[in-house]
Amino acid sequence: MQTERSASIRADELGFRVEAKALLERVRLHADQGQLVGLIGPNGAGKSTLLRAIAGVLRPQEGAVWLEGEELNSMPARDVAARMALVPQIAPYTHGFTARELVLMGRYPHLGRFEIEGAADEAIAREAMELTETEEFAERTLDTLSGGERQRVFVSRALAQQPRVLLLDEPTANLDVLHKLRVLDLVRQLVDEGLTAVAAIHDLGMAARYCDRLVLLSEGRVLADGTPEEVLAPVIIEAAFGVRSAVYPDPVTGSLVVSLIAPADEDRSRVPATGANGRNGHESRHHLSAEARAATPREARI
Amino acid sequence: MREAARLTSVREFRQAGISVRLAVGGVLLGGLVLLTSLISLSLGPVEIPAGHVAAVVLSFVGMDVAEVGRTEHLVIEQIRLPRILVGAFVGMALAVAGATMQGLFRNPMADPGIIGVSAGGALGAVIAIATGLTGLFFLALPSFAFVGAVAATLLVYGIAAVGGHFSMATLLLAGVAVNAFLGAVISAIIILLPDNEALREVLFWLAGGLDSRSWEHVHISAPLIVGAAIVILVRARDLNLLMLGDDEARALGVRVGVTRVALLAAAALATGAAVAVSGTIAFVGLVTPHILRLVLGPDHRVLIPLSALAGAVFVIVADTFARTIIQPAEFRVGVLTAFVGAPFFVLLLIRNKRQAYAL
Repeated sequence: MQTERSASIRADELGFRVEAKALLERVRLHADQGQLVGLIGPNGAGKSTLLRAIAGVLRPQEGAVWLEGEELNSMPARDVAARMALVPQIAPYTHGFTARELVLMGRYPHLGRFEIEGAADEAIAREAMELTETEEFAERTLDTLSGGERQRVFVSRALAQQPRVLLLDEPTANLDVLHKLRVLDLVRQLVDEGLTAVAAIHDLGMAARYCDRLVLLSEGRVLADGTPEEVLAPVIIEAAFGVRSAVYPDPVTGSLVVSLIAPADEDRSRVPATGANGRNGHESRHHLSAEARAATPREARI
Repeated sequence: MREAARLTSVREFRQAGISVRLAVGGVLLGGLVLLTSLISLSLGPVEIPAGHVAAVVLSFVGMDVAEVGRTEHLVIEQIRLPRILVGAFVGMALAVAGATMQGLFRNPMADPGIIGVSAGGALGAVIAIATGLTGLFFLALPSFAFVGAVAATLLVYGIAAVGGHFSMATLLLAGVAVNAFLGAVISAIIILLPDNEALREVLFWLAGGLDSRSWEHVHISAPLIVGAAIVILVRARDLNLLMLGDDEARALGVRVGVTRVALLAAAALATGAAVAVSGTIAFVGLVTPHILRLVLGPDHRVLIPLSALAGAVFVIVADTFARTIIQPAEFRVGVLTAFVGAPFFVLLLIRNKRQAYAL
């Protein structure tokens, strides 16, 4: 494994506050080349803020972001865009652009100021749309597409950008189960071919299944960073999400399943404690707490 | 059936590459600029045959094809041509500024005067008229109008940027407030005007007009307008991304702050220059880009240059009607553009709504 210093993308001690509220506090994150790092955490944990800071869209007050060894702030915006792409969480209102036109915008950072996208760019855009199965509505304007279709178009645009680092903010939030698998399979495949990706993923099971590493954010801090097996421990999940859970390998796919049992503050007698899962969750609370403490030295509450 | 065929051809045109849309649109609209200009040159109290018009125009570029009477030559050279050119540049400025503002504000209802430019220009002009300065020197009116336009824009921008937190929403609201305030000041001045002659002059100016525009007007407005249009054209691709949102634009390599200020300043300068030489001409900046967007799509690399040509055609045609329909008197071109533009716009909205249902 590569060292942290040679990471494709590295966020170093990022701090971002709006007025008195700290949205990010001393956040460290790195992704090596050919790694898919999943960003998980409850609502408002700072996942989108962190992704936007890494993308250079938002400028944190503290810390720095390093893209392939270069500090982001010292790079021209267009050079950054030629190397790193961001798939936004909420597809913005697109004012009559067709899907194809939007995907072609991914080529802008690669064009000279007066250059118009040529046949090669068209081909790249077409290929990107084939990968996300969006070519069938290439000529439709985005406002006529469903949320999921639109999201796939934005993934296509990021692919057309031909980035070496791909940032995705909840790329599967609006997708049906089939396209959820297709999009994540696609990202996984590209990562296996050498792309570096950081993705905020809500679904813990999906995150465990596709990511090499998970970074768990809670209240703007990194609560855990490690392999899915290390991070998705019931005690850590309870600390971050306030939910008691059981974690076990899926008998079919082999990847981790997170069974959510009940909110942690609920009366335990109401929980189906007879099942193995419930007991499992309870036991692992004691079993894993020492390890969790070691993994997150700054977090005092565990 | 024919409707359907026409619709397909429009849609195919919409889907054509940028260079195809630019070339076809440019040739068509460029031709239309020339054609309407030539027709406009021949119409008026003194009717000049098309052949003579062509001969005079060719003589400007050093080609003497036919002998034309001295009067006709003078009418074309000193009266009609500068007026048409001022109209063309004003239309170009308003349409380009309108398209830019609509992109920046992500709102098809934005208009070149949205950040107070027109109201500021109007106040400057009204002050020049009310104080009698217009009688003292020829350029008093345009220079006061221009200074007013720039000052109002800076004021609105300053309000939006106060405290270091710039936002387009604040800019829009500050524009609304400043527009309302300047409107009130203008009304107050009009009410307090002592003499009827000045009152008439103010109302005339506010209605927007191109009467007795000279080469000086061309010389003071054209460089600013062309310069501003070039600045906008250079950033047309960035404007596409800005329309999707600041984050989107930044993630795709646009320096959002610098680009936005450059675009706002250029649009305001073009509008200010137009207002200075023509008063407030309504609806050109709103309608022209809107119609073109329906046919050409929203890409500003196509929209901006073709809006410039279409805006020129719009004002040339409107002004030709304004000065010929009630001869020997003159209608105000600004009144006419709103009079024709507004119903046409409504018609377009209704038709398009129906199409949207049918598709």
